[in-house]
Amino acid sequence: MDFLVTLINGLSSGGTYAIIALGYTMVYGIAKMLNFAHGDIIMVGGYAMYVTLMAMGHPVIAVCAAAVFCMILGIVIEKVAYKPLRGASPLAVLITAIGVSFLLQSLAQIIFGSSPKMPLKLQISGAVTIGAMRIDYSTILTLAVTVIIMVALSVFVKYSKTGRAMVAVSEDRDAALLMGINTNRIITITFAIGSVLAAVAGYLMLCKAPSLSNTLGSMPGIKAFTAAVIGGIGSIPGAMVGGLLLGVVECISYSIPALAPFTDAVEFSILIIVLLVKPSGILGKMRREKV
Amino acid sequence: MSETLLEVKDLEVSYGVIRALKGISFKVERGEIVSLIGANGAGKTTTLHTVTGLLHPSAGSIVYKGHDLTRTPAHKIVSMGLVHVPEGRRIFQNLSVYDNLLMGAYSQKNKAKVNEDMTLVFDLFPRLKERRKQMAGTLSGGEQQMLAMGKALLSDPEMVVLDEPSMGLSPLLVSEVFEIVKTFRENGKTVLLVEQNAKKAMSISDRVYVLETGSIINEGKASELINDESIKKAYLGE
Ligand SMILES: Nc1ncnc2c1ncn2[C@@H]1O[C@H](COP(=O)(O)OP(=O)(O)OP(=O)(O)O)[C@@H](O)[C@H]1O
Ligand SMILES: [Mg+2]
Repeated sequence: MDFLVTLINGLSSGGTYAIIALGYTMVYGIAKMLNFAHGDIIMVGGYAMYVTLMAMGHPVIAVCAAAVFCMILGIVIEKVAYKPLRGASPLAVLITAIGVSFLLQSLAQIIFGSSPKMPLKLQISGAVTIGAMRIDYSTILTLAVTVIIMVALSVFVKYSKTGRAMVAVSEDRDAALLMGINTNRIITITFAIGSVLAAVAGYLMLCKAPSLSNTLGSMPGIKAFTAAVIGGIGSIPGAMVGGLLLGVVECISYSIPALAPFTDAVEFSILIIVLLVKPSGILGKMRREKV
Repeated sequence: MSETLLEVKDLEVSYGVIRALKGISFKVERGEIVSLIGANGAGKTTTLHTVTGLLHPSAGSIVYKGHDLTRTPAHKIVSMGLVHVPEGRRIFQNLSVYDNLLMGAYSQKNKAKVNEDMTLVFDLFPRLKERRKQMAGTLSGGEQQMLAMGKALLSDPEMVVLDEPSMGLSPLLVSEVFEIVKTFRENGKTVLLVEQNAKKAMSISDRVYVLETGSIINEGKASELINDESIKKAYLGE
């Protein structure tokens, strides 16, 4: 029974990683860049929720406002910071992204100070008890949101015209241009989706533990990026699998007293093991050379 | 009176310090098949990429149906009726055959027209119909070339630009590809064809331009150039 609870908790925190990892992997696949600032969008979303709660009071409004705010922020960051560097060396783009990350963290600190905020209204307390199992409501909510996002995104990518265009752009940007696909527009949409997902992830984190500082997104961001690489960066199902796997490993490691202090090390070892066995990640595609 | 569909004048393109095109001029009239032939590295692909907006010229003009293409974003060119089937096919391996064809129709607003064109393409390439649910990356080279051409047809083009459509195919398939290019013209489309297989290209073309290290060194009617001694020697292996 204990193991089952650990597994459910693992899938739940893995779900949050997966939602963040989707943002990394989609941007990587389509814009061919590592958006180092992605984790900080989570943090901005958290503050957006905090501010909205102060002004209007209702958590649902706060989450919606944060999603819209993050979406706009993601689009603006892409347009202002990344688009001018299209075609520049990947290193220049990466350094810019790190700069954006520092900028967002510093701005948050200047505006909100360095002591953590406690948006308690976001918290979801309580749990259900099924036999000997006790599962938090927030865990159930996270699982449900994760499933909905995964299904919705998979359907969107497979069956919508824009989704297919995203696959096309991620595979071959020039060939997509030749088919009349406005690749800049697809990249903008990708950033918008990724940023909304980051806001959702921020909410899922805060509903468990309502403590908000300017580094809220840092560690989850790194973990989610690890998850994206484990699953195969650029692959949407890969981000899902990688996120869930990482969450489960994390919770199992926490539940074993001897391993608990080394949980982060255990997680990153998974990354190393996966990359040794399959350098492109679990579901990653080996780049095929063109004929 | 014939109508000039595409006119390229004094086109110059560089990759950094490498001057790939040193001021080339050519034109394509409506209803023609025009070939651009030349050795490896002559600048054929560069020419086509510049025409369809993937590369930007340092000098010269490209006018298609009265529009200056050097000022048109690449993704808008296909909806003007000019479609480019790139070298190496470049189909989307992770999409199904059917979804690839739909990508071809990306700029088409009229759904009924897309369905109609889809039927025509499936008639022209029955293999694609059989395999429409298959991932495009699992098609054979020949089938991928058919898909690349079918995809282009779904954009309802007036002019099709083909970059080495016969590359890497068996002799039988090569002939089939050239037959298909002929049907393009029979269906009222204009063709600009780049080929290594100069002999076959010339046999289906109206006019030919010969490109050598970034300059056009010869041009004329295909029926005349095919008997030209220097061309025979350099490009027809005779
Ligand atoms: N991306 C690039 N960067 C630098 N130089 C390039 C690039 N692409 C092409 N070139 C150079 O430009 C010249 C023309 O190349 P291009 O690909 O247009 O030739 P081509 O006629 O299509 O040859 P092939 O028959 O081999 O396809 C060559 O000298 C080539 O090395
Ligand atoms: Mg070429």
